Amino acid sequence: MLEIRFHGRGGQGAVTSAELIATAAIGKGKFAQAFPSFGPERRGAPVVAFCRVDDKKILIRAKVYEPDVVVILDPGLLTLINPVEGLKDNGIIIINTRKSYEEIMDSCHFSCRVGIVNADQIAREELGRVIVNTTMLGAVMKATGLLEVDDIREAMLNRFGPKLGEKNMKALARAYNELTIKE
Amino acid sequence: MKVLETGNHLVALAVRAAGVEVVPAYPITPQTQVVEKIADLIDQGKMDAEYIPVESEHSACAALIAASLTGVRAFSATSSHGLAYMHEMLHFAAGLRTPVVMVNVNRSLGPGWNIWCDHQDSISARDTGWMQVYVSSHQETVDTVIQAFRIAEDHDVMLPIMVNLDAFVISHTYMDAIVPEPEEVSEFLPRYRPLWALDTRLPVTHGSVVYPSEFSETRQSMQQSQTRAIGVIKEAATRFGELFGRHHGDMVDYYRLDDAEYVIVSMGSLAAETMISIDAMREKGIKVGLLRVRFFRPFPVAELQELCRGRKSILVIDRNYSYGLAGVLYTELKAALYGLSDTPVRNLIVGLGGRDVSNELIAEKAMESFEGKLGEITWGDTQITKAHVVTRELLERFQELYNKK
Repeated sequence: MLEIRFHGRGGQGAVTSAELIATAAIGKGKFAQAFPSFGPERRGAPVVAFCRVDDKKILIRAKVYEPDVVVILDPGLLTLINPVEGLKDNGIIIINTRKSYEEIMDSCHFSCRVGIVNADQIAREELGRVIVNTTMLGAVMKATGLLEVDDIREAMLNRFGPKLGEKNMKALARAYNELTIKE
Repeated sequence: MKVLETGNHLVALAVRAAGVEVVPAYPITPQTQVVEKIADLIDQGKMDAEYIPVESEHSACAALIAASLTGVRAFSATSSHGLAYMHEMLHFAAGLRTPVVMVNVNRSLGPGWNIWCDHQDSISARDTGWMQVYVSSHQETVDTVIQAFRIAEDHDVMLPIMVNLDAFVISHTYMDAIVPEPEEVSEFLPRYRPLWALDTRLPVTHGSVVYPSEFSETRQSMQQSQTRAIGVIKEAATRFGELFGRHHGDMVDYYRLDDAEYVIVSMGSLAAETMISIDAMREKGIKVGLLRVRFFRPFPVAELQELCRGRKSILVIDRNYSYGLAGVLYTELKAALYGLSDTPVRNLIVGLGGRDVSNELIAEKAMESFEGKLGEITWGDTQITKAHVVTRELLERFQELYNKK
């Protein structure tokens, strides 16, 4: 089972990220679960969302405490929370940032694998606005090998319609290609 | 069609598939998505039903009853304080023998104000005459809502059903499930055929005074219907399985129980989590199985007596509490087993107000219980924190204030 935790701010679409990955996974015949941190949410406040994908029926109902993957939609959160809390030993944190790996490590000192992609810039160029929840999915797919880019197209087009859906797909594909991973 | 949806949205899609004609509703967290989605479906012309926005849950239930009395299939959804607010009308729905279906998204009752999951709301509505079923998965939610109409509307039953699903863990979690189309459901669940209705061709009065000389019989007949419902519930589950290939148990469901020396009994989503605990304990050589109570009313007395026979120890997990006594599933199970064996039955209270319950915690507490290390009733996940200490200090300050002359 693969467990992913998304960190964003209320309104940035972390739950949609989790939902889209899960939808694409069930389209590939897998079983999936996506859920927000339960409770009232406020726009702008730090939020988390979770996603589980497995080859068999998922029975677990509790929160994700030891994710395989942590995704940071908003780089401002890196110093507000402990983003790698519970992250498995062979896990990876994937960060939307314009900083270099070295600059990130100056302030964060991660001992896990770190994936970096400038999703803000990609989203600005491809979507015309800095909403990175779909863009970052490309990075997640690349880092995990869970899905190919085309596997998520149907879910994306259903969600956003053909025009906006294809723009999101383009941003996603760029993030897939532009992700860099440091061991 | 297989979809990825929240438990709440799946309820709405199942209600559409069931051909519901009237939906009176009042929103409340964590149920709001149910009635929101139904309103959407009606607005988009995807569902042919009358949506009645009302001003309170009490009115929602009153309108639900009234709609049903006119001879149509009616549905509503609520939660927690909403269910408590309609409590008077719950008795009306059962007493008037309206076969309505209502989803209750299980949430705690305040204060302290809390929107998360436990079973206190529906357990507090135990004695209203409603049937109650608790589901543990998204697919079971869909399939149980559809089956509920068939059970309630059976002319041998004619009682309302409450379908209970856990707040957030099911209501707000997206999972994959298959949702049938209305035409696929119509063979299993034909159009509602009332036993009687408010009909100008045969005008009769309902809900008038019933004197002591006639009252007890009306109540006895409700019990007789609850008893007859057991056969109807089993038949509905079997027929649904034949038509759709899915079976989630009937009065109860169980897992790895055949050769089990030890049994964990629970309801709702905790039961799914418990299956993981069972696998982990089995790997260590402990012969343990799960017995999941689906129908809490009618209570599965015969099934529990049969399936609990000859076990070494039983642990009942409750996500509710009857203050002054114990967890309610625990006391009900003990009553069902009274005089049949001396197997120890113990009670674990966990997950109140939405506290997350992990399979590791369940396995740990179950082992302690089976080894005789736990008392009769154990609060399994309580821990005094700084917040509680602050309250205590505040109380001391009040006492200082009042002790001053």
